[in-house]
Amino acid sequence: MASSDVARQLDKGARPLSLAGHVGFDSLPDQLVNKSISQGFCFNILCIGETGIGKSTLMDTLFNTNFENFESSHFEPQVKLRAQTYDLQESNVRLRLTVVNTVGFGDQMNKQESYQPVVDYIDKQFETYLQEELKIKRSLHNYHDSRVHACLYFISPSGHSLKSLDLVTMKKLDSKVNIIPVIAKADTISKSELHKFKIKIMSELVSNGVQIYQFPLDDETVAKVNTTMNGHLPFAVVGSTEEVCVGNKMVKARQYPWGVVQVENEHHCDFVKLREMLICVNMEDLREQTHTRHYELYRRCKLEEMGFKDTDPECKPVSLQQTYEVKRQEFLAELQKREDEMRQVFVQRVKEKEAELKEAERQLQGRFEQLKSRHAEEKAALEEKKRLLDNDLTSFGNRKTAAALLQPPGFTVNGKKDKDRKNSGFM
Amino acid sequence: LSSGSEVSLSHSNMSESAKPHHPSPQGKGEKSHGGDFSYVGIDAILEQMRRKAMKQGFELNLMVVGQSGLGKSTLMNTLFKSKVSRNKSVQSNPEERIPKTVEIKSISHDIEEKGVRMKLTVIDTPGFGDQINNENCWQPIMKFINDQYEAYLQEEININRKKRIPDSRVHCCIYFIPPTGHCLRPLDVEFMRRLSKVVNIVPVIAKADTLTLEERDSFKQTIREELRANGIDVYPQKEFDEDAEDRMINDKIREMIPFAVVGSDQEYQVNGKRLLGRKTKWGTIEVENIAHCEFAYLRDLLIRTHMQNIKDITGSIHYETYRVRRLNESNGHLESLLGSLPVKRATVFW
Repeated sequence: MASSDVARQLDKGARPLSLAGHVGFDSLPDQLVNKSISQGFCFNILCIGETGIGKSTLMDTLFNTNFENFESSHFEPQVKLRAQTYDLQESNVRLRLTVVNTVGFGDQMNKQESYQPVVDYIDKQFETYLQEELKIKRSLHNYHDSRVHACLYFISPSGHSLKSLDLVTMKKLDSKVNIIPVIAKADTISKSELHKFKIKIMSELVSNGVQIYQFPLDDETVAKVNTTMNGHLPFAVVGSTEEVCVGNKMVKARQYPWGVVQVENEHHCDFVKLREMLICVNMEDLREQTHTRHYELYRRCKLEEMGFKDTDPECKPVSLQQTYEVKRQEFLAELQKREDEMRQVFVQRVKEKEAELKEAERQLQGRFEQLKSRHAEEKAALEEKKRLLDNDLTSFGNRKTAAALLQPPGFTVNGKKDKDRKNSGFM
Repeated sequence: LSSGSEVSLSHSNMSESAKPHHPSPQGKGEKSHGGDFSYVGIDAILEQMRRKAMKQGFELNLMVVGQSGLGKSTLMNTLFKSKVSRNKSVQSNPEERIPKTVEIKSISHDIEEKGVRMKLTVIDTPGFGDQINNENCWQPIMKFINDQYEAYLQEEININRKKRIPDSRVHCCIYFIPPTGHCLRPLDVEFMRRLSKVVNIVPVIAKADTLTLEERDSFKQTIREELRANGIDVYPQKEFDEDAEDRMINDKIREMIPFAVVGSDQEYQVNGKRLLGRKTKWGTIEVENIAHCEFAYLRDLLIRTHMQNIKDITGSIHYETYRVRRLNESNGHLESLLGSLPVKRATVFW
């Protein structure tokens, strides 16, 4: 037990005391473990790698089961993530394992946005947890933790160096998740090439500032093995669920014409190291790092983004959930206000338009009246003229009749009339 | 291959199970055996958890409540086999000072047993029930308990919060009932009624060596009935039993509470063995002998079997209840707080 641990525990007023006999609280770790057994454990692994690189096969090999998986096509338009949850049990330990695979990673022509769906997925799991944690009535001990605990990044066995897609993706993820890089299909690389490849990869990661998961060194029971393993990163793995007879045993292996690559042979590949580190030795640490480092970082950033500050001791604690609600109301009120303003402006404009149109209508009416009156005037004038003409006509007619009467008989103004008079027996 | 547990898979359509594997636990850096290729190592997580717990250490906060002279300090010392509480009798002041109000005195110790480290805090409440007028003597205690919940809540809702929130919440309150042999007094009922809602209460009959076995049994019976009649739920509470097995174990305990205890930090020679006990002219009472008193049951309940459960109930039920109440009531004070917060439009989230 490191003395620094004891020092961490002590604070003012806690004096060390020696016990005169057996008290019995040494059963506490057992009590804790028993509780965990009855609750079960959760573990979530995210596998990122190009299509066909062997993600599903490796998962099958790691957990010694046949997970439901099917080959994906190479023509996915976008990167997607597929998560599947399984209940595993080994002796009395129940594990709820979620395996998340990327689908279509590295297949697109333009891979600039390839990392985004992965980042979004990881953030979404943090978000769901944060939501639950901030609820007023919450049930954290029943909560199915879906946060990603380990991210296996599959590197193509080119033998040369990392691809730029690899660097970009890992850089985006290193502050959100524990990254464990693995070299996939390691049976295509020779031992000497592999050594150089590993060194190249690690130096590239370091020079680009990518922080991958380091196996923890603070617990002395596992510090030694973890230090050794840290030096073997990234693990060169081979996956296989098929069995081949080697010697007199059936082992998991890949059979080639030139030989058999045994998965669990440490001279052939690092599979056993990966399983050891990922599951047997550091599963709990992976979970703890996810919760205390990555999740806390997410939470802090999210809350600061929202504009929260830590309250000083005098202020009462605020339910963040409540404050979200209030802020949401505020935001909606803002929207409403803007909507009202816009509506007002709209109404204003409508009014103005209406006024304009009315004005125009009025003018038209005026013109119409004008025309009408002019028309009436003209009509009156014409009537007048007609009347005058009629008068003229009448007076002319009269004069004509009078003139005809004044004429002596026989002398007609026009002969026709005389004859007619004669014929009519006049006089 | 040896028979034993298998790695079995259960998923919606599939229920394939893998081949059986060697059941020995892994961890501590051991390599897996050569021929056992089906072993995955999931159960190694138990060992990892144990290691983590051992490294972190544990915290336990116990409160003792009862009138002065009932043997609270002695019982604590007996429970933890060390001087966790200082007796009043060793005070230099010749007259025992009885406080005018209930005081809350909290003393912490770091103790260690077989590699398991624990920070034990004993919270003493001198002055409880000692005044002439004892109305509301439960109030300072209630306030203290709520203050601890408050401190935890404050730290929990901080933006920058500690990796491990220091836990000062009272996990268990041991209430000392004087051995009158008749029934509970109004003070007892009042206190337990109020506090059983916010903290785990374990009632004990103090100085039980003044009761004969028959008197003890009838006293316990009466107490149980009175607790039931007043709706007082002491630990282990019926409603928090997790499953049938739990209920069975806890039912047995519920039939025995309150434990009739005797405390002592003196050892005497009995039948060739050195045992903790109280020596009187008519015999020696062995503290850890269950024929004499029920101290051993109390110790087993509190320390050896139910300690983790006591802490869990405090954390997931009593604390949560406090949190719900607190967050609901601070709603009205939000406006003053919100005045200082800028409204960010970009990422309001719902």
